Amino acid sequence: MAELTTTAQKKHLHAAFCKDVKSMPEGSKIAQCQQCGACSGSCPTGQLMDRGPREVIAAFRAGMIDEVLKENTIWMCTSCYACTVRCPAGIKITDLMYELKRLAIKYDLWPRDSKVPAMTKYFADSVTRHGRNSETELLMRFMATKDWGLGPKFAGMGMKLFAAGRMPLVPTDIKGKDEIKKLVDYIETQEVAAP
Amino acid sequence: MKYSYYPGCSGEATAKPYDMSTRAMCQKLGMELEELDDWNCCGATSYFSIRELLGFAISARNLAIAEQAGGQDLVAACNSCYTVLAKTNHYIETDETIKHEVNDALAQIGRSYSGSVKVRHLAEVLVNDVGIEAVAEKATRRLTGLKVAPYYGCQFTRPMGGDWDDFEYPTILDGVFEALGATVTEYATRAKCCGGMMMLTAPEGALKMCYDLMQCAVDDGADVIVCACPLCEMSLEGYQPKVNAKYGTSFNIPVMYFTQLVGYALGCDAKALGLDKQIVPVEPVLAAIPA
Repeated sequence: MAELTTTAQKKHLHAAFCKDVKSMPEGSKIAQCQQCGACSGSCPTGQLMDRGPREVIAAFRAGMIDEVLKENTIWMCTSCYACTVRCPAGIKITDLMYELKRLAIKYDLWPRDSKVPAMTKYFADSVTRHGRNSETELLMRFMATKDWGLGPKFAGMGMKLFAAGRMPLVPTDIKGKDEIKKLVDYIETQEVAAP
Repeated sequence: MKYSYYPGCSGEATAKPYDMSTRAMCQKLGMELEELDDWNCCGATSYFSIRELLGFAISARNLAIAEQAGGQDLVAACNSCYTVLAKTNHYIETDETIKHEVNDALAQIGRSYSGSVKVRHLAEVLVNDVGIEAVAEKATRRLTGLKVAPYYGCQFTRPMGGDWDDFEYPTILDGVFEALGATVTEYATRAKCCGGMMMLTAPEGALKMCYDLMQCAVDDGADVIVCACPLCEMSLEGYQPKVNAKYGTSFNIPVMYFTQLVGYALGCDAKALGLDKQIVPVEPVLAAIPA
């Protein structure tokens, strides 16, 4: 796993986070977190996380974002928005999780034992290639690269879905798939790389 | 009643029956669904995890097409598609910077979006445009005696549906099932996350979440769990054997999309609703409904 070793690198990451968060709609509300813990208490996957969402904000304030990015916490967020709608300070916690995921990818700090970053990337690849997500292709690619054991485990259900016509083997390409590619390429050029 | 219809990627695969039953149900109700031309994936959670603007831009291509096609309300049946499209729309509407950046991106592909389209969930359209009474009047089958556990899922109202239903305990479809004669169970976990997102990446956690949802439905004495999202449906239906193997349970509870159950009550053909494509057979549910 990549490491941020120098104080300068860590400061850069901290500054990048602050800048990005401020640019997000209502992102500045993070300053109003009073550590009440409604988010962590609402989180359905909190018990699977290295630390809950409340502690993520505490860690950010303590200058420890690089630590957070190396853990599984943000990748265990399922985007159920329970925290977001309950936060008394109106902090968009789910959106914060997205921001942290983006930084983890950009700074190459994502936890190597988590399978979620790969799944996220494969999903986006599929959409970039076809314009739509091919569930079958996604499943196959994930199994082939990340978890061979899934094959036998999911074979029974896969066969049933296939038999029911719910698992098409050929992805659908949209007519405007070049447009998707262009959007991706354009936005890549807008992005400032991590140091 | 004419709408732009956004089927979503799952609607072409695992949730094929959701797409089929949506079209069949709407036809019976006189709702004209015009499939959004050459729609692309909404971006789901993945694009937002990689680059925010890209997430908005990918999603906004659909909004731009809908606007160009006449600007009718854009209706999604999938919770996640609804959430992503509505969220993108909301941010374009309320944040000038995002609107500007998205339009800069769309300009690269010769498109633009002014923000005039309304994104709506099919369930909300069914209740607020068609109306519960109209659905009940058009029904040819009564769901008398059927105990329905309504599973709305997390992204049904969270975070975009606060104007038309509750974040924590949505009830908008309860009235439809009740008007059709069914008994709606309390189903306290109706808006909890199913864990579907992590079924492949962290199955231990996901299976526990599914177990809780199945157990709650069974404890309530439900005959069927009814869903409004492809991922929820897949988790609750497809993973029953896995949950049983892990927790020593014997769940075999039918799971349907709400459009299938409402469509069936409206007299749609079982095949047209994709009822033969369900993994847990729904025959016990259909048998309980008087012809």
